[in-house]
Amino acid sequence: MLRIEGLTAEIDGKPILQGVDLEVPAGELHAIMGPNGSGKSTLSYVLSGREGYEITGGSVTFNGVDLLAMEPEERAASGVFLAFQYPVELPGVGNANFLRTALNAVRRHRGEPEVDAMQFLKLARVRMKELSMPEDMLKRGVNVGFSGGEKKRNEVLQMALLRPKLAILDETDSGLDIDALKIVADGVNAMRAPDFSALIITHYQRLLDYIVPDRVHVLMAGRIVKSGGPELAHELEAQGYAQVAA
Amino acid sequence: MVAVTETIEAVQSVAEGGYKWGFETDIEMEFAPKGLNEDIVRFISAKKNEPAWLLEWRLKAFAHWKTMVEPEWPAVNYPKIDYQDAYYYAAPKYKVAPKSLDEVDPELLRTYAKLGIPLREQAILAGVEGAGDSPAEGRMPIAVDAVFDSVSVSTSYKERLAKDGIIFCPISEAVQEHPELVRQYLGSVVPPGDNYFAALNSAVFTDGSFVYIPKGVKCPMELSTYFRINAKSTGQFERTLIIADAGSKVSYLEGCTAPMRDENQLHAAVVELVLMDDATIKYSTVQNWYPGDAEGRGGIYNFVTKRAACRGARSKVSWTQVETGSAITWKYPSCILLGDDSVGEFYSVAITNNRQQADTGTKMWHIGARTKSTIVSKGISAGRGQNTYRGLVKISPKAVGARNFTQCDSLLIGDECGAHTVPYIENRCMTAKVEHEATTSRIAEDQLFYCRQRGLTQEEAVGLIVNGFCREVLKELPMEFAVEAQKLLAISLEGSVG
Amino acid sequence: MNAINNAAGFLARADTLSTPVWAASTRAAGRAALATYGLPTRRAEAFKYTDLAPVTQAAFGAEGQALALPALPAMRGHARLVFVDGVLRGDLSNLPPRPLSDAAGLLGSLAHATQPLAAMNAALFEDGLFLDVPAGEDAGLIELVSVVTGAMGPIAFHPRHVLRLGQGARLTLLDTSDGVAGLGYLHNPVFEISLGEGAEMAHVRIQREGRAAFHLSSVHTAIAARATYDNFTLNAGGRLARNEIHASLDGPHAMCHMNGAQLVGDGQHADTTTDLHHAAPDCGSRQTYKTVLAGRSRGVFQGKILVSRAAQRTDGYQMNQALLLSETSEMDSKPQLEIYADDVKCSHGATVGALDAAQLFYLRSRGIPQEQARSMLVEAFLTEAVDGVGDDACRTALSEAVAGWWVGERSTAPLAGRA
Repeated sequence: MLRIEGLTAEIDGKPILQGVDLEVPAGELHAIMGPNGSGKSTLSYVLSGREGYEITGGSVTFNGVDLLAMEPEERAASGVFLAFQYPVELPGVGNANFLRTALNAVRRHRGEPEVDAMQFLKLARVRMKELSMPEDMLKRGVNVGFSGGEKKRNEVLQMALLRPKLAILDETDSGLDIDALKIVADGVNAMRAPDFSALIITHYQRLLDYIVPDRVHVLMAGRIVKSGGPELAHELEAQGYAQVAA
Repeated sequence: MVAVTETIEAVQSVAEGGYKWGFETDIEMEFAPKGLNEDIVRFISAKKNEPAWLLEWRLKAFAHWKTMVEPEWPAVNYPKIDYQDAYYYAAPKYKVAPKSLDEVDPELLRTYAKLGIPLREQAILAGVEGAGDSPAEGRMPIAVDAVFDSVSVSTSYKERLAKDGIIFCPISEAVQEHPELVRQYLGSVVPPGDNYFAALNSAVFTDGSFVYIPKGVKCPMELSTYFRINAKSTGQFERTLIIADAGSKVSYLEGCTAPMRDENQLHAAVVELVLMDDATIKYSTVQNWYPGDAEGRGGIYNFVTKRAACRGARSKVSWTQVETGSAITWKYPSCILLGDDSVGEFYSVAITNNRQQADTGTKMWHIGARTKSTIVSKGISAGRGQNTYRGLVKISPKAVGARNFTQCDSLLIGDECGAHTVPYIENRCMTAKVEHEATTSRIAEDQLFYCRQRGLTQEEAVGLIVNGFCREVLKELPMEFAVEAQKLLAISLEGSVG
Repeated sequence: MNAINNAAGFLARADTLSTPVWAASTRAAGRAALATYGLPTRRAEAFKYTDLAPVTQAAFGAEGQALALPALPAMRGHARLVFVDGVLRGDLSNLPPRPLSDAAGLLGSLAHATQPLAAMNAALFEDGLFLDVPAGEDAGLIELVSVVTGAMGPIAFHPRHVLRLGQGARLTLLDTSDGVAGLGYLHNPVFEISLGEGAEMAHVRIQREGRAAFHLSSVHTAIAARATYDNFTLNAGGRLARNEIHASLDGPHAMCHMNGAQLVGDGQHADTTTDLHHAAPDCGSRQTYKTVLAGRSRGVFQGKILVSRAAQRTDGYQMNQALLLSETSEMDSKPQLEIYADDVKCSHGATVGALDAAQLFYLRSRGIPQEQARSMLVEAFLTEAVDGVGDDACRTALSEAVAGWWVGERSTAPLAGRA
């Protein structure tokens, strides 16, 4: 599904990714772990098409299509979803309006009929209940005045509604208490399907107790230095990055 | 907690009271005749043995000045200045020009010692061995140029600096020794006709400092000029020109004092800074001209034009000023951000107490791409002082990605003073971002009470809180200056709380 | 100083007007100021960013007669007063106003001839309304509608409106200016509003003149103790528009809100100038202005808060934000604080910039196309301003006006450039 080959990227002339190779087959959940500054967030932004990152080499294909040639909204429409580490606040943009606009943009791309306000509300209510989100969060501005946990849940809600093929979760566990963490993990686990893959970017092994990955990769200094099964995460937690990567 | 201790000491020293720099040095002086006309301009030029081009330049500026009118837009009031009733040239009299510090009138040296300027012993002892980097001492030496009324009397560390190719000398000397540099850059940042006081200065400037830092050189010590108005009825018109060539770096300090007199004296200086690619200039001022007495008698009219041209890419200029003195301050150290990615900063503390008036701020003119500017202004009004921040942030269409952040805070002490904020923001570039914030407040009763409950007197508490209010600016000052500045803040606010 | 007076055309027109006795002193003061100073040029600090030359150079005159009426804006309440080409039309209004002559004692008491726009109005006003809401009465929502037929060519009209709210009285005034496209007329209304103790007035203004028109308006409001004045001005029309709002908080615990949005499209110049005087203790003021600029356009915001020595415990806040959507737009802001009391809490803020790149990316990362994402953010920016308006009918009218402008702007000029 996702194939990254020799990917190098820099910000303001400073190299961050220095040759990332990674393959995520359909139906698999992969975790990427690494210390601060290893390039984890850069990888997630490069995959989702944020400006300010210069791709200096390598390739990324998504179901055989060149992902890097696409605009951010095209990537989203074709099924790439980024759950932001720091979700952006959009004052004045109502959450319901935002979610429905995004859903319909993606549905249009898939050739599915658009949903009207009533249909949308029905859909959203079901998902919000699963995520224990109060309904008034639909009326508020996107992420405005949300607590850290509410923002993360709002990200997972968007994922549930947009039904991506590849979800990139960028430190979704940061700032979450244990209850919220479980809710978010349940949300991700519910997405598991033969045509759904995920890249779970995290600093700690904690999240991986709830979302058990098929593979774990260690990213250090812009490169995948080690890959293994779920047990690698525990190894990292016990021994630290320096030890494991050595 | 050194800062706090210093502050408290400073407040306590206030008990003795007054402006401690207010003495007059009794020294034999040479004056030009009173008044202002072409002959005076010629007299000054001749005294300085200037080349013809400079005399021409002065005369042109003078002719232009005569066509101009004094600006009325600043929020300051003062009686009309009689430009004919002042001396435009006053200099300590020497039979022979001094060759070294030893030949300088000891009375003059005593003056500077009284003012706490490390001109002689400290300078010479520490200087020659390229010192100051001795970690035990932990202090950088400071090279000092001292300007007494119309002339520079001494410059220390010249030889040490010359080793690095740095020129630091009185501008009158630079005219003789480095005419090509002076001719190229003088008036290139502040043209003679720029404004009323700049034109006046261009016509009659007498001395000031000249600095040239060659390519790639990081100046090994702080450079400093100390300005002193001593003589009666004398205007001071100094001119400072600093050129930082590509990749160079310098920190420059200036300090000013004047005797207590019940007449008003005019100080109209021009400072020009030129920065090439990757050059950095940090320019710090502690301005403590005599502010006048509690009733507003006397004091210096401080009408100053300061401007930096960031001509090179990635050049950076930082203005830091602590303005505690002068009866009237009219001053807008500005940055022309021409080079791409160049940076301008302005950090200011201005205090007005008694009848002092200050109208000060900055202009940030963004021309190059991705240029950045930061403005932090702290105004403190006490007594019957009036304090205005006036600033312009101008973004040209080509300044793509430019950024400005401005923070203006005013503190009022007592209900007879005024605090005013007049920012102008002109943005013609879509991708630029300008943010401005301003607040006005007073020292909260609960803050005062908290301090006093811990044993501080009212004045100590005020000094402490004011220093906190100014912290963002004071931390930009070099160490020695920061301590001095904190003391000054406390002293300047003497008697402002009942 | 014998330069030709740039208001000569207006003065000539003033000389042809007959002046009733009750208006004589106001008119004389206005005429004298206009004759002495003319209209201000950019050399005047208050007009530094707004050049009135297109107004002083235009030729205004009335020819012919109104034939067909243009469509009037939708009714929002039950009571309305309709001005057509600057003349109050009783046949189209359903509220009998008191004659302006009854306001003789109030006329010129707030709008002084030292203010250039007020002086021009004083010299030239021919009609206007006097609304007097007695103490304790709630007048509800009254609409003040101004429309231009275009039948009489490029007219200039200078209505003078005087409003008085007695103690505890209440009024919501929805004040709409509409015009015809392509006609260079001038609308120069002046409002003099006095609010008695505890009175409450919401003043919602929608300026939607034709795109070739000039709109120069000024509001002068005196607010007594515990009274509240709440002004919202939507500035969307005109080639050159300036809205001045002068308000004075004259009694303790009075409150003033000034909010607004400026929608400035290609070829437009919009200026909002506020002048707020805290003259009494314990008063509060809140100002929020938003400006959106597209095409070749210029927006101006000048906002001054003056706090007198007596105005202890003042709480003043002002914010102005501008969004530049094109490479050829310009925003000039001059917020200003002038403070002479020490126990005050005053702040102002200003931001000017493009749409936020992080917000734009967030929307696009959810599959929303760039243009739609930009549009959502612009609408959100404006919605925030309008949402603060309490009266439902007024808020609906404003939202419709905003949406109307935005639809028109997007259809005529696609948003230039990328974020």
